[in-house]
Amino acid sequence: MNRTLKLNQLDDQFIKQIEQTSGQKLNDCYQCGKCTAGCPIAHSTDLPPHKIIRMLQLGIKDQVLSSPTIWLCLSCVTCTARCPKGVDLACIMDSLRELAIKEGVPQAQKQPIKLFEKLFLDAIKRHGRLYEMGTLARFNLLTLKPFQDMELLLPLLKRGKLKLTPESIKDVEKLAQIFASSASDSEVH
Amino acid sequence: MKIGVFICHCGNNISATVDVEQVAQHALTLPGVVCAHTIPHACSEPGQQLIKKNIQEKGLNRIVIGACSPRVHEATFKRVLAQAGLNPYLLEFANLREQCSWVHEDRQLATGKAIDLIDMAVNKAARLEPLTSSKVDVNKRTLVIGGGIAGIQAALDIADSGHEVALVEKTPTIGGNMARMDKVFPTLDCSACILTPKMVEVASHPNVTLYTYSEVEQVSGFVGNFKVKIRKKARLVDMEKCTGCGSCTLKCPVKAPSEFNMGLDNRGAIYIPFPQAVPHIPVIDKTVCSYILKKKCGLCQKICPTGAIAFEQQDELTEEEFGAIIVATGYELMDWTVYGEYGYGKYKDVITSMQYERILSSSGPTGGHIKRLSDGREPEVVAIIACVGSRDAARGRPYCSSVCCMYSAKYAMLTREHLPNAQVYIFYMDIRACSKMYEEFVQRAQEKYGANYVRGRVSKIFERNGRMVLQGADTLLGQSVELEADLVVLAVGITGTQSTIELAKKLNISHDEYGFLTENHPKLRPVESSTAGIFIAGACQSPKDIPLSVAQASSAASKVLGLISHDKLETSPLVAEVTILKCVGCFRCLSVCPFSAIEEQVLRDGTKVAQVNPALCQGCGLCSATCPPAAIALRGFTDDQLISQMESLCQLNPEL
Repeated sequence: MNRTLKLNQLDDQFIKQIEQTSGQKLNDCYQCGKCTAGCPIAHSTDLPPHKIIRMLQLGIKDQVLSSPTIWLCLSCVTCTARCPKGVDLACIMDSLRELAIKEGVPQAQKQPIKLFEKLFLDAIKRHGRLYEMGTLARFNLLTLKPFQDMELLLPLLKRGKLKLTPESIKDVEKLAQIFASSASDSEVH
Repeated sequence: MKIGVFICHCGNNISATVDVEQVAQHALTLPGVVCAHTIPHACSEPGQQLIKKNIQEKGLNRIVIGACSPRVHEATFKRVLAQAGLNPYLLEFANLREQCSWVHEDRQLATGKAIDLIDMAVNKAARLEPLTSSKVDVNKRTLVIGGGIAGIQAALDIADSGHEVALVEKTPTIGGNMARMDKVFPTLDCSACILTPKMVEVASHPNVTLYTYSEVEQVSGFVGNFKVKIRKKARLVDMEKCTGCGSCTLKCPVKAPSEFNMGLDNRGAIYIPFPQAVPHIPVIDKTVCSYILKKKCGLCQKICPTGAIAFEQQDELTEEEFGAIIVATGYELMDWTVYGEYGYGKYKDVITSMQYERILSSSGPTGGHIKRLSDGREPEVVAIIACVGSRDAARGRPYCSSVCCMYSAKYAMLTREHLPNAQVYIFYMDIRACSKMYEEFVQRAQEKYGANYVRGRVSKIFERNGRMVLQGADTLLGQSVELEADLVVLAVGITGTQSTIELAKKLNISHDEYGFLTENHPKLRPVESSTAGIFIAGACQSPKDIPLSVAQASSAASKVLGLISHDKLETSPLVAEVTILKCVGCFRCLSVCPFSAIEEQVLRDGTKVAQVNPALCQGCGLCSATCPPAAIALRGFTDDQLISQMESLCQLNPEL
């Protein structure tokens, strides 16, 4: 997007929406760039994190919601942990993903991350813990890439980083209640 | 002749490049040198002790020190000599640091140069004579020039300590630029509320003589004894008779742009600049008054209940004596009209920061209502452009205004307080908010008041459908941006004034190319001017906000009090001296002397010769260099002494 940006004709509603869902104040950011400096995926994004938040401050909606950045974000929370103004950018990224899905942004539909998050939560619902082997297997099958990351399997098993069988917590039923009560809040999963 | 030579390592500032031991060894071979030592830090306590011990034990009577610049430590070592019982002027200083080790890399060549410098110093030292200073009386009165916040503060500080002050202000009222401001950062207290009590206090203080509408005409004399001619311009209003009722200002049919309101509205030919003016007495603007120009009207004279209008009044000149002078002449906005691209003058809704202050002020031309000048409508979008005439080398203003970041944030807050639904955009380059509570202030503008900061300069402003369109850039996005605004405020930078430059010439103090007065040392003598006894305070020295101006004013006042706490001052003995027998009375010296220190002296036989007033002479040496028959010598730098240095330099150095 190289056209001249018209500053006060942008989407105010969008700014309010993101501030509401994330609980963050966008104007708190003073654009120091520390989020981008520490972001492990910044180098492979079209819009690095600080630019995302700058665009949010100005209310540039379409470009942000269709940016691959929000889907590449690993939620590692380094940005949040290091922000000198206490802006929870990871949380803002969550809000952006939610909104992108809700608004049916085409880029959001294709994202395997959506499937991954569903499978991740399924495992938690069932066992109370993440069953990594099962989740990965299901993810690979459902994305039709059964051999994806297969070269990592043996080293992970050797070092005891992957368990073949799931481990469950004691009161799995109680977890179900939590999921039930939060289901109404979440339209994503 | 017993000369002692002391070579300083200055840590390794000198010794890293100069072989100090070799220099000392060489010094021992020079005629008259009794001892030569190297010292790690000559200025330190052990260093000083070593010099004193040698003076006393070896009976040294001339001292050569090879160290830093004499500007740094000559005074220190003069004290050492005095403490050791030696006349302090028997010291010769060789600069082996700034003029040798710091500027050279080759150790051998630098050592050779250091040896030359010591040779020269030893040769001159052998010809030094003891000198003694004389004493002059100190006048205890102080002149403060400029009645803004800095001048008021300095005058009050001195007056409160029990000393007399004359405060001279060239405009009809004191108060300066601060009186124009609405609320002031970082506390947003009302400017008038904190300034006007001080204005009244200084005007009514028993130790203060207030000269408003007056200018310094001529200054002569020297520290402790200045003679100053003050021109009291004719107000054409008798200040004794006038009660300040203001009826004349209401009836005057003439209209002229109000200086106080930055041309936003009009005043009469007879006017009181603003309601809280001190003194609250009108003045007649002779350039527009119909009576003065055409001998018609005279309405004010007819209406005045006390007969205070005095068209016949003339300027008055008064001469007064002072011991010290504080210059606090303030600043002006730089000429923003050079920015044609911003459309000032073309578009009514592009205004300056000082005009916005007046619009925001409840005593201003709009009664504190933010309105567009074009159609009186309340703006929905206000754009502020920072750095207009700051940090712009191409327009001759490379420095930072130091205040426009802060007042731009202030405008954002005040605008949102006046018009909660208005949007405020600030185009900035960097935010400079480095004083107590300043960064927090700017953050508050962003977080609590929702000011939209856009990093980038605006390139152009044009009109579209009655709105101002700003073409700019958001350098954080890396993209050009456009903003439709209703009102544009140019945050104009600060410059020194032409009248300060003219005053500096009268006072013989230095200023820079922007009209700011130059301090004696940027870190260690920040309120002293280049001339002894003249001090500087406030924005006439550099762009400054109110807290800093007040601090500097108090600092200058304390320097003045330090000066006038002495009944007598010691004068420097390093002054010019005329040998009457050699003087031919050509008086070229008189014409070159920048300090008016040369006078004509008539001898008994009627011949005229030059004479130096040692109290006025600053020891610059111009007269001595100019004198055709070499009749004037500068003590401590006589021809004999300087030629001896030249001679030693011109001898071949066998060690090189």
